[in-house]
Amino acid sequence: MPVVLETVGLEKHFGGIAAVAGVSLKIEKGARHALIGPNGAGKTTVINLLTGVLRPSAGRILLEGQDITALEACKRVQRGLARTFQINQLFLDLTPLETIGLAIAERLGAGAHWWRLIGTNPQVVEEIVEILARFHLTDVMYERTGNLPYGKQRLLEIALAIACRPHVLLLDEPAAGVPEDERHEILATVAALPGDVTVLLIEHDMDIVFSFADRISVLVNGALFVDGAPEEVARDPRVKAVYLGESLDA
Amino acid sequence: MLTILFDGIAYGMLLFVLACGLSVTLGLMNFVNLAHGSFAMAGGYITLVLVNRAGLPFFAGLPIAFVATALIGALFERTLYVHVYSRSHLDQVLFTIGLVFMSVAAVDYVMGSQQVFIQIPSVLQGRFEIFGVGVGRYRLLIIVICGLLTVALQLILSSTRFGSRLRASVDDPRVARGLGINVNAVFSLTFAVGSGLAGLGGALGAEILGLDPTFPLKYMVYFLIVVTVGGTSSITGPFAASLLIGIADVAGKYYVPKFGAFVIYTIMIIVLILRPQGLFARAAGK
Amino acid sequence: MASALVAEVARRLARRARWRPFEYAFWLAALASVFLLPGRHLILTEIAWLALFALSLDLILGYAGIISLGHAAFFGLGSYVAALLAKHGRGSDLTRLMVTLGVALIMREIANQIPDITGGADGLQGVVVAPILGVFHFDIFGHVSYAYCLIVLFVLFLLARRVVYSPFGLSLRAVKGNALRASSIGISVNARLVAIYTFAAFYAGVAGALLAQTTAFASLDVFSFERSADLLLVLIIGGTGYLYGGLIGAVIFKLMQDWIANLTPQYWQFWIGLVLVLIVLVGRDRVGLWTGGVRALAERLTRRLAPGAAPVPVPPGEGH
Ligand SMILES: Nc1ncnc2c1ncn2[C@@H]1O[C@H](COP(=O)(O)OP(=O)(O)O)[C@@H](O)[C@H]1O
Ligand SMILES: [Mg+2]
Repeated sequence: MPVVLETVGLEKHFGGIAAVAGVSLKIEKGARHALIGPNGAGKTTVINLLTGVLRPSAGRILLEGQDITALEACKRVQRGLARTFQINQLFLDLTPLETIGLAIAERLGAGAHWWRLIGTNPQVVEEIVEILARFHLTDVMYERTGNLPYGKQRLLEIALAIACRPHVLLLDEPAAGVPEDERHEILATVAALPGDVTVLLIEHDMDIVFSFADRISVLVNGALFVDGAPEEVARDPRVKAVYLGESLDA
Repeated sequence: MLTILFDGIAYGMLLFVLACGLSVTLGLMNFVNLAHGSFAMAGGYITLVLVNRAGLPFFAGLPIAFVATALIGALFERTLYVHVYSRSHLDQVLFTIGLVFMSVAAVDYVMGSQQVFIQIPSVLQGRFEIFGVGVGRYRLLIIVICGLLTVALQLILSSTRFGSRLRASVDDPRVARGLGINVNAVFSLTFAVGSGLAGLGGALGAEILGLDPTFPLKYMVYFLIVVTVGGTSSITGPFAASLLIGIADVAGKYYVPKFGAFVIYTIMIIVLILRPQGLFARAAGK
Repeated sequence: MASALVAEVARRLARRARWRPFEYAFWLAALASVFLLPGRHLILTEIAWLALFALSLDLILGYAGIISLGHAAFFGLGSYVAALLAKHGRGSDLTRLMVTLGVALIMREIANQIPDITGGADGLQGVVVAPILGVFHFDIFGHVSYAYCLIVLFVLFLLARRVVYSPFGLSLRAVKGNALRASSIGISVNARLVAIYTFAAFYAGVAGALLAQTTAFASLDVFSFERSADLLLVLIIGGTGYLYGGLIGAVIFKLMQDWIANLTPQYWQFWIGLVLVLIVLVGRDRVGLWTGGVRALAERLTRRLAPGAAPVPVPPGEGH
C-alpha cells in the first residue's frame, strides 16, 4: 500500500519543552491507524502540526508525496486532510444545518459566493440532508448548536470533518466525554467510513483501539516508542510496562 | 543632533514611566485599558493643585501624585474594572473609552479646558552645555528620575518575591493559579502601581507634553504604540520601544516637521505588519 | 421521503432571506418621514449618513467580529493595510485595534498636511456640489439631500442584506464564531476578512462622500478617534449582527445627542461616556435584548396590521 501521509523528523518545542521530539511516521492509504500514548504524550500536538494549526520547530510533512509543511491550514483541507478536535470546536451560534452547509459549500468552491442566496444550490442541500441523517442530527438541524446536548455536539464535530470529504481523516479522541451507552453511535459512524478513506485515530480505550486498528503507533514523551501491527504492539513488553501498565493503574 | 538625541531619550523615558503600567496589565490580564492616560492626567492635575494652588514644593508634589493616583487606580480597579475582566475585548474597549470620555469632560468642567503648567522650581529651568551638547535641566531630571525608576522596577521584578509571582502570572496566569499564586491580588497591586507610575509620569511630563483635559485622548495612542511595539512579555520590550518612539518622534518633528506625528504611526504599522506580537516579543509562541 | 426533506430544507433556507414585517415597517416609516417630517430633514440627513457609517462598521464588527477604532478613516488605504496584516495572520485583537487606529491617524495627518486640498485643520468649506443628475439641487432645508441620502442608504442596505444571506456571509459568521474551526474546514480566514474589510471600507467611503456632498463641508473631524468611538456607540445601542442595529442606533443616537446637547452643550461627551460604561456594566446582551424587544413588538404590531403575512421565525443564531 502506498504511503499517503508521512512525517520526517517532526519536532515541536513550547518554550523549553519538546512536546513532539523527532517523530517520523508513515500512514498507508486506507489504513486504520491508531496513535496511542499517555496523557501529555504529544498526540494532539502531532495532529495540530499535521493540520497546520501549529508550525513545526523542525521536520517535514508529506501528503500524498507532496511537501505541505509550509501550507496554510485551509489549503491542507482542500487537499483532503480533515480532522476533529479533542475538545469540540463548533460554531455555537450556527445551526447544524448551516454548519454542515458551510463545509460542503466550501469544498465545492461555493463558499465565497456573495450574490447567491444560501439554499439555492440543490447539490449542497442534498448532501447536507444526507450527512445530517447519517449522524442522527436531522431532528435538531434547525437548533442553535450551542444549545445541543453534548452527545449531539460530538456527532456534529465528526460530521463536520466528514463533510469535508477527506482522503485522510484525523480523529482526536472522538468518543471523549461521551457516556458509554452513546459511544457506539459515534464509533459506528467511524467504522462505516469508506475503505479508501485513511483514518488516524487517537483513543484511550484499548478495546476500541484493538477492535478498530490495523496498525498502532505508541507515542511517549513526544517520541515514537513502538510502531507496528496490533499483535506486535500488544506483545511488546515495553508497551506493557510503560503504557498499558500506566493506564491500568490510572 | 546630540541635543535631539538627548531630548528624545528624555521623552522616551517619560513615555516608559507613563506606559509601563499599561503593558503589565495587558500582559497579565489581557485587559485593554484605554483609560490609562486618564490616570496620568489625574496625577498631573493633582500635582498642579498641590504646587500651584496650595504652594507645596514641586518635589513633594511628585510622590503625592504617585500615591494619590495609585489609590485612585486601586479604587477604580476594585469597584469597576473587576466587572469587565472576563468580558470580550470589545466590551473592554467600550468601557474604557467611556471612562476616558467621562474623565475628559469632568476635568474640563472642574479645571477648565485651557492648557495648564505646573510651576517648576527655578533650579530646574534653562539649559547648560556639556561638550557642546545642550542639556535641559528639567529633561535631565526626567532622565534621572525615570532611569532610577526603571532600575528599581527591574530589580523588583527580577529579585523580589512579588516580582517572581508577577512574572509567573504574566507567563501563564492559569499555571500561576495552579501554583497557588493569588493572581487577582497580584493584578490589583500591579494595577495600582501602574496607575501610580502613570500619575507620576503625568505630573513630571506636564512641562513637556502639556496638560489639558484632552490629555488621555492625545496620549492614549502613544501608550498603546509603546505597548504594541514593545510587546507585553517583559518590561525591557516596552522600555526599548519607548526610547525608540521617543527619539523617532522628537527627531521626526525636528527634521521633517511637515510630517509631524507621521513618523511614529508609520513605524508602528510597519512593526505590527512585520511582527504582530511586537518588536521585542519572544521568538517562541505560536 | 429523503427528497421531500431536501425540498423542505431548501424551502426553509430560502425563507431566511425573506423580508420580515418589521423590515417593511422600518422602510415605510423612513419613506413616510420624507413627506411627513419636512421640518426635520437636516437632522434626518445626518441620521441617514451616520446609519450608513454604522452599517459599514456592523459588517466587520457584527459579522466578522473585528474591533475597529479607525473606522472613520476607512477610505481605502485602511482596508489595504488591515488586509496586509490579516494576510500575515496572527494579529491579536489589540494589534488590529492599533493598526486601524494608526491608519486613521495617518489619514488625519495626511489631510492636515495638505491644506491646499483639505483646508487643513479648518476643514473644507464651500464645497461646490454638482446637482444630482444635473437636475436636483441641494437646498438649505435638506429636502433633496435627505431623499438622496435615504436612497443611497437603501440601495447599499439591500446590497449588504444580500451579501449577509449569501454563503460568503455565513462563512463570515463562522469565522467570527470560531476562526480555528473555520480554517479547519477549508475556509481561508484571511481572504474572507480582507474581502469584508474592503467591502465595509467602500461603505464607509460612500458615507464620507455623502457627508461632504450634503453638508458641503468636510473636516478632519471625521478622522478623529472620538468619531470612531461615537460610531461604536451607535452600533452598540442598536445591537450588532442583524444589519438594522446601525440604522436604529443612528436614530436613537442622534436624537439623544440633540437632546443632551440642548441640556449641556459643552459636556455632552461626559454623558456619552457614561452611556458606554453603563452599557458594558449592564451587559451588551441585555441592551441588545432591549432593541430585540422593540423589534419583536414592532413585528407583532405589523403582523396584526398585515394578517396575511405568515409568521416567520427569526432564524436561529441571529440577533444581538
Ligand atoms: N499551545 C501549547 N503551549 C504550550 N504547551 C503546550 C501547548 N500545547 C500542548 N502543550 C504541551 O505539550 C505536551 C503535549 O500535549 P498534547 O499534545 O496535548 O498531549 P496529548 O494529546 O498526547 O495528551 C503537554 O505537556 C502540553 O502541556
Ligand atoms: Mg490530546
